[in-house]
Amino acid sequence: MSERVPIVRIGQILLVSIQVDLSDETTLTLQDDLSNRIVAEGARGVILDISALEIVDSFIARMIGTIAGVSKVLDAETVVVGMRPAVAITLAELGLSLGGVRTALDSDKAFAILRSMGRSATRDDDDDSEDSEGAGETAHTGGAR
Amino acid sequence: MERLEIGNAGDVVRVRQAARALALQAQLSIIDQTKVVTAASELARNTLIHGGGGSAELDIVTENGRTGVRAVFSDSGPGIPDVPRVLAGGYTTANGLGLGLSGSRRLVDAFELETAVGRGTTVTVTKWRR
Repeated sequence: MSERVPIVRIGQILLVSIQVDLSDETTLTLQDDLSNRIVAEGARGVILDISALEIVDSFIARMIGTIAGVSKVLDAETVVVGMRPAVAITLAELGLSLGGVRTALDSDKAFAILRSMGRSATRDDDDDSEDSEGAGETAHTGGAR
Repeated sequence: MERLEIGNAGDVVRVRQAARALALQAQLSIIDQTKVVTAASELARNTLIHGGGGSAELDIVTENGRTGVRAVFSDSGPGIPDVPRVLAGGYTTANGLGLGLSGSRRLVDAFELETAVGRGTTVTVTKWRR
């Protein structure tokens, strides 16, 4: 019954937009899937869009922290995007700070942060430029919505 | 009153959704909705993981002219031997952060804990509309 959260690759970046009500099982599956994909695809950045999440409880917060930590060890940077203000307030009151997790207000800003760190949505060193250029365009329109 | 069994991870999500529906119906603010739903999620997970399953009873209550959402989580699990330590936070027997009880207590207006070793635990929380 465990749902899977889709992971989309855009150049060097893996984009995850959580659109389901996360069960603990789905949360753990996402954590594993994402770690595997970072290695398998040599990703340099992860954008985790949680704007659709109405709550982030301690279990989901731990997953976010773990993903940020694991990705760092695997030489990828995680940016968490779109946390709702009520969720941020609730997390703080719950006693969770998500310290050390990089955040951005929207996907555009997250892409900009990763680009400034040399982790772009297009692969400069990639011969397969047709594919990566297209992916870069997708990144832009996707982030602008 | 809505009664939900808590026997698997999917049930925790269903408790969350039921709490959200009631918080909306009780016209809690967005922040208070988020707080009570988060508390319900933490407590439902506690019931599942520490209590070995149980139930949640959710309702809209009116007392002294106030309206709010009340949630009662019950299990027949091992109980909590050291309540002050658990409520202080950071203490966990399972693979968690130890924030379930201590954290959810901070998110609600009223919090009652009844526990007996070997017999089970009941947690009652209330969030009032402001």
